[in-house]
Amino acid sequence: MARAVTTNRKITMTVIAWSIGFLIFFPILWTVLTSFKSEAEAIASPPSFVFFDWTIENYGIVMERSNYFRFFMNSVVISVGSTLIGLIIAVPAAWSMAFVPGKGTKNILMWMLSTKMLPPVGVLIPIYLIFKNVGLLDTRTGLVIVLTLINLPIIIWMLYTYFKEIPVDILEAARMDGASLRNEIIYVLTPMAVPGIASTMLLNIILAWNEAFWTLNLTAANAAPLTAFIASYSSPEGLFYAKLSAASTMAIAPILIMGWFSQKQLVRGLTFGAVK
Amino acid sequence: MGRITLDKVAKRFGEVEVIPPLDLTIEEGEFVVFVGPSGCGKSTLLRLIAGLEDVSGGQIRIDGKDATETPPAKRGLAMVFQSYALYPHMSVRKNIAFPLKMAGMPEDEQKRRIDNAAKVLNLTDYIDRRPGQLSGGQRQRVAIGRAIVREPAAFLFDEPLSNLDAALRVGMRLEITELHARLKTTMIYVTHDQVEAMTMADKIVVLRAGHIEQVGSPLELYRTPRNLFVAGFIGSPKMNLIEGSEASKHGCKTIGIRPEHISVSATEGMWKGRVGVSEHLGSDTFFYVHDTGLADDMTVRVPGEVELKAGDDVYLTPDMEKMHRFDDSGLRLS
Amino acid sequence: MSTQHSRSAARLMISPSVILLLAWMIIPLSLTLYFSFLRYNLLMPGANPFVGFENYTYFLTDPAFFSALTNTLVLVGGVLIITIVGGVLLALLLDQPMWGQGIVRILVIAPFFVMPTVSALVWKNMFMNPVNGLFAYMAKFLGLQPFDFLAHAPLASIILIVSWQWLPFATLILLTAMQSLDSERMEAAEMDGAGPLARFFYMVVPHLSRAITVVILIQTIFLLSVFAEILVTTNGGPGTSSTNLTYLVYAQSLLNFDVGGGSAGGVVAIILANIVAIFLMRMIGKNLDA
Repeated sequence: MARAVTTNRKITMTVIAWSIGFLIFFPILWTVLTSFKSEAEAIASPPSFVFFDWTIENYGIVMERSNYFRFFMNSVVISVGSTLIGLIIAVPAAWSMAFVPGKGTKNILMWMLSTKMLPPVGVLIPIYLIFKNVGLLDTRTGLVIVLTLINLPIIIWMLYTYFKEIPVDILEAARMDGASLRNEIIYVLTPMAVPGIASTMLLNIILAWNEAFWTLNLTAANAAPLTAFIASYSSPEGLFYAKLSAASTMAIAPILIMGWFSQKQLVRGLTFGAVK
Repeated sequence: MGRITLDKVAKRFGEVEVIPPLDLTIEEGEFVVFVGPSGCGKSTLLRLIAGLEDVSGGQIRIDGKDATETPPAKRGLAMVFQSYALYPHMSVRKNIAFPLKMAGMPEDEQKRRIDNAAKVLNLTDYIDRRPGQLSGGQRQRVAIGRAIVREPAAFLFDEPLSNLDAALRVGMRLEITELHARLKTTMIYVTHDQVEAMTMADKIVVLRAGHIEQVGSPLELYRTPRNLFVAGFIGSPKMNLIEGSEASKHGCKTIGIRPEHISVSATEGMWKGRVGVSEHLGSDTFFYVHDTGLADDMTVRVPGEVELKAGDDVYLTPDMEKMHRFDDSGLRLS
Repeated sequence: MSTQHSRSAARLMISPSVILLLAWMIIPLSLTLYFSFLRYNLLMPGANPFVGFENYTYFLTDPAFFSALTNTLVLVGGVLIITIVGGVLLALLLDQPMWGQGIVRILVIAPFFVMPTVSALVWKNMFMNPVNGLFAYMAKFLGLQPFDFLAHAPLASIILIVSWQWLPFATLILLTAMQSLDSERMEAAEMDGAGPLARFFYMVVPHLSRAITVVILIQTIFLLSVFAEILVTTNGGPGTSSTNLTYLVYAQSLLNFDVGGGSAGGVVAIILANIVAIFLMRMIGKNLDA
């Protein structure tokens, strides 16, 4: 509402909102702070907030001792790989459903969505056994396949809602202007669709990066991504707070930053366009 | 170049027949307006000509060649869309250049044509802006620019002025008419606004429910509407249609008299009524006359200003020469 | 734009997705269904005889199943209540004029992007640990006895952790919905004499109801499958006090190697999820004008 707000009210709201925001964010902040402490300071009583000897030794130790880089690369390969493959499969499908809708389009979309509703635990055993038999267990390829498939419906849906927003008129105009289907896609559709595709990609990488059912159950030493790496801190290493914190910070930092950029798309992607 | 012939062209969406088989010839250089109420199939007809929809039957010939199966890109037609359909990610220059680029035209020829179009359409100052930074009228001109640079066999306009405000609409109407006078290219123009049809067309095609009701020049339609629908649709304010005993006197089911063909007097005349609302436009005055015993409300148009108040008695006299007569099935009696 | 040519191209472009998803759905599902009728244990190789509904009888009469079902419902219900109530309040708050709104929003949203294993371990060790956890310090500071959250209230602790992860999601969606509320409509209501409370209940709440339903349904789908949080904190214990259905099936099949029993559990989980899915699909379908 375009209307003057009393300064007092604004101050009150600001203070309340900032306090609550800080409270919700605190566990993350605390993790980041602890990652710069020595182990002794991490469990010191009373805990110190910022006045401690800042050190980055934990990061060094975590990287050295646990072959951190390999887990990190597994996470990158799995999340980026499954997203790219998913996009390659999904873009044509979403394109055709958005621009050449037929009688069955709505049903196909709903059916695709329904595959996302399948609880992973319902298909865990067959997938596990199949993977074991064909040698995909604990491989990056295997995880890329699974994550591509479980996120494909979300990718198709997000792209579909973005493509739907491109006016059909413009594509028809291109056709009247003499563009072949190929040129229409290259010069008109793609530039207009790129922002939507980019957001879809971003959100999907985040979802794949944080996926923690399949990555925990289908990997061991070789293909384990960061989710599984962190899970290995479950005990007793988890009692080394500073190192746990350093490992955690490294695992969440890249995705946290990407996530902040994709706030708006998050809503659209995870509600399948039901809330925009 | 630019003679378009429709031969028994029909369109069905599933079971629904939107356009029953229809014949129409658009002569080279003609400005043809398809007009009709919304849902009459005028846009669909245009899209069939454009090739954006498949015909369900019949043949479309452009300059004598069968184009029924030709994809839109190959028909040599240019279209201006209602939404303008400009490419939002391209500058004005690139928008206009797009069809030329698609045709693989040499750069210098492209530039020559674009600069020329920009000058004609007053776009030179905006040539490097994006469509999002332009006003409605400017966008409209870019869309037209994009169409004219190709020097197409015919232009197709799909309600191009309906998103502009009233003042701009009149201006653009004039510009398009002037453009046609200069280019002498065939233009097919779709609108629901009979004023646009009357002011711009060489030939008007009145459509209803996919049927052609009448084809003719604006004045032909005005003077001799073929049936009640055309009579009611063409002309503003609408023709007064009177049924009953008054019509029987003239030996027909319905008589029609246009508001401007009725004279008004406070003292004597053929029909007596009472003044309801009056609209004073300055140049004209419209009266809505009640209680004439003829039709619910008679509309009368009088040039200049006339002092009559609501509730005053008034006498109306039609110009018998300009009365239209229609039979039981709504067709014109000569 | 629907010409014959483009329609056949469209069918071609959609087929890879359809085929892949069809395979992904049908193959494992039919296998799960098939295994659920077999006596099939990976530790006992040999014939896997058909046993009819034995696995189901065994799984459904196992006291662990009943406890897992209850835990699943409590977990889903608890998290939903916390996130919806918290989400509405937070969305209302964030919709107010203030300084640094964007930053507060970023702070509130952050937990959603933390991977489940990290958030579970951070909460477990650095906050809930009865000796060195931050909560223990606070208790000691206040002169109270530290409380061993995960030992004495394991399910409640997991609900807390999962709620922290999902509160941002609910907040973000409800905030988006709230911001789409037409301000002219609110002003019209104000002109019609509606006070702030009346406006909240007659304008805001009905406007949000759709978004709230979407949040409930989508979160339920994900919450039925909570797994990593349990695995790294309590391993479903003590006993089965924090075992949900997903974890129980996992334990049955990959820890006890009982493929048949696990599959029967999987089928039960699918049926449960489908009940929710039907409602969700209706909601989304209504909004789809394809």
